[in-house]
Amino acid sequence: MPRPILVVDDSDSVRRLISSTLRLAGYDTVEAPDGQAALGLARSAVPRAVITDQNMPNLDGIGFIRAFRKMPGSAGVPVIFLSTENAAALKQTAREAGAIGWMTKPFDDKKLLSVVKKVLG
Amino acid sequence: MSNSSIRDTFFEECEELLEALVEGLAAMEENASDMEVVNAVFRAVHSIKGGAGAFALDRLVNFAHTFETVMDKVRSKQLAVNEELMLLFHRSGDQLADLVEAARDEREPNAESEAAILKELSAYLGDVESEEEIAFDAAPLAFDAAPLALDIGEHDPPTGTELRRFDIRFCPTPALYANGHEPLLLFDALAELGPLSVTADLSRLPEFDRFDPEDAVINWRLTLLTSEDETVLHEVFEFVDALCDLEIAVSDEPVVAVDEPPLDSRASQGLPAPTDRAALAEPKAQEDTTPPPSAKTATASAPRDEPRGPRPTLRVDLDRVDRLINTVGELIINQAMISQRIEELELPAVAHLTNELEAYKLLARDIQEGVMAIRAQPVKPLFQRMSRIVREAAEVTGKKVKLVTVGDSTEVDKTVIERLADPLTHMVRNAVDHGLERPEKRAELGKDTTGAIRLSASHRSGSVFIEIADDGAGLNRARILEKAIEKGLVSPEAELSEQEVDNLLFLPGFSTAAEVSNLSGRGVGMDVVKNAVAALGGRVSITSSPGAGTTFTIVLPLTLAVMDGFVISIADQTMVIPIASIIETIRPNPRDLHCIGTDGEVISVRGAYVPIVDVARNLGLSSERADSSGVLLLVSTEGQGLTALRVGAIHDQRQVVIKSLESNYGAIAGVSAATILGDGKIALILDPDELVKLTPAAIFLPPASPPRPELRHA
Repeated sequence: MPRPILVVDDSDSVRRLISSTLRLAGYDTVEAPDGQAALGLARSAVPRAVITDQNMPNLDGIGFIRAFRKMPGSAGVPVIFLSTENAAALKQTAREAGAIGWMTKPFDDKKLLSVVKKVLG
Repeated sequence: MSNSSIRDTFFEECEELLEALVEGLAAMEENASDMEVVNAVFRAVHSIKGGAGAFALDRLVNFAHTFETVMDKVRSKQLAVNEELMLLFHRSGDQLADLVEAARDEREPNAESEAAILKELSAYLGDVESEEEIAFDAAPLAFDAAPLALDIGEHDPPTGTELRRFDIRFCPTPALYANGHEPLLLFDALAELGPLSVTADLSRLPEFDRFDPEDAVINWRLTLLTSEDETVLHEVFEFVDALCDLEIAVSDEPVVAVDEPPLDSRASQGLPAPTDRAALAEPKAQEDTTPPPSAKTATASAPRDEPRGPRPTLRVDLDRVDRLINTVGELIINQAMISQRIEELELPAVAHLTNELEAYKLLARDIQEGVMAIRAQPVKPLFQRMSRIVREAAEVTGKKVKLVTVGDSTEVDKTVIERLADPLTHMVRNAVDHGLERPEKRAELGKDTTGAIRLSASHRSGSVFIEIADDGAGLNRARILEKAIEKGLVSPEAELSEQEVDNLLFLPGFSTAAEVSNLSGRGVGMDVVKNAVAALGGRVSITSSPGAGTTFTIVLPLTLAVMDGFVISIADQTMVIPIASIIETIRPNPRDLHCIGTDGEVISVRGAYVPIVDVARNLGLSSERADSSGVLLLVSTEGQGLTALRVGAIHDQRQVVIKSLESNYGAIAGVSAATILGDGKIALILDPDELVKLTPAAIFLPPASPPRPELRHA
């Protein structure tokens, strides 16, 4: 059983959309509504990959990635960073925190799948 | 999970985000320099844009983007907020709400106001911003900076015939693998640019027993033939360039496309072909490596985070809740039946069964309250919607108005909230239009030039109270009376008390404004409000004092499914009358009863004459005049003011489950619904307002000061 992809977004609709797109493509997913909850999930079972939003309550995307990268077992797990802002500074921060790539919202399911496919090989 | 249900979720989220937006804008009004607040507004708009994009709602995306960009300028302190900008933000928020609604209902939004606001918003954006804006418009849904390190496939295929050779040295650090990067994927991206050859330098690979899976020991040499620019290559490595040692060298010699790609020559030297994944297995193996045991221990001992922040909620289909409420209604009826049967057994008072029955009653009541609470929602969104109404009304009338809300966390049944929106809108508009004075006038009177509308909600004695108060001039009673006489609603000779004059506002077709303004509308009067509230089982009342303002009070039952009622008998039939409508119960003293004409009868209540309505006769249950032995229930009705309803006797006061007659049988005049009593019999629930209207000829009474409405049950 392959490990699931962790989808983190405080927006139910965006999160469910990403998750259902991935599931339809045959990936298993788990969902978390914020960084804090995502860390909890990642601790109990290291995901195969992570797709995380930036703006979230409790713990934002960057904060999550930083904490996630400090977790044992997170090595080698690709993290895709989502944001509506296409800001260079934020991108830089995300990269430094340990994101593998960046997706700017809004995106459609084809883009999402092509990116996930590229990340997971 | 179907897409349409996710779409529904998106629109539900939009509601919440729009609420947060309105709230944020209100807070900005107080303190625009609070960056937390500005951020909250920004995020709300932002999240709507993000979600809208996923559903290809381009128009919404575009508007939200412009709105957000201006908000971002405020956030980055490039733009100061003044009154004018604040107003534009409010209007933009309203427009965004309209666009969301239009998108939800799949109809065309008002393009005119959208364009106007977009233009005003764009005026705040500098030249650079507007260029970006155009770029954005050109491809609003473009995956603008798609994971650059990965998304090379998006680039146009090489168009030039001139190929150049790039020699790349790529030496990853362990952090590159730790971040989940996969060199193979980078190479795949490069291979899409042109023929690529890859050489792995395995010279640093240690002996097997000294192999560290987390170390990066393989360096790579790559040769790419492409017509792409060097920057494109750098883009491929964008996310890894801080995590590796990277050199990209371009050879100046143009390479003419050859029949045989140079790859083959490399392959013939025993080097791995670009697609030979086996040669690139090292990072893969590394990725799958389980953490060392020590790490596992750390995982186990790491404290689990307690969930914090917003309380988790559950979205449930309303139908399910309603089904549950129905079942709980049946439970209450069933419990009443069991109680009745047990009472009939006439068990000794100490019987265990009696105790347990009491416990069962309490539990049933708890369940019922719990279920009702599911349907209960705070009035906050409703009140927030009024802020827009106030703003628009203020704009049209040229008045300065601020809205104050109190108790917006008060919870009310969802249906009540939905059906209260129109009456409340009307009353709030009225308050701005008719209630408040013009700023000049207010200044003259020494009042604050900004008028205040106060919306408050509270729970009091099992009812919900909603008040709409203005600090305007108060009702012009002389004008109201004049108008009512003019319209033939009251006789010119009538002398009415202040309260009676005020209540004239609720008569059908009454309009107070000397000139009907286009704001409060034509022909829609307070009677519509009163009927809407009455349909919810509530009532409206007015208090007003000259110069100080007017307050409308709406009193509603907490729930529409269950109500407290008196079980009464009328001509041998058992019926229920809502307690909420009863002001007082009177066991009449024959001395206080007086006959008027041949048929009319009144009772003197503390000096005032109140007409008596015989319920049995009005319902057609008895043609004879009832004897005076019954009980009178004093009610305040919409058509006739204070009225005494004559009923046979009051048997009990209890909670009854309301069952709609109209949906199960048909409407009956004077009856609002039905219920099932403990003995299994069906009892009709009376509607006092309608009952009184059934009186063949209402008795016109000389006015008298009405008794104070206080609850005194005989």
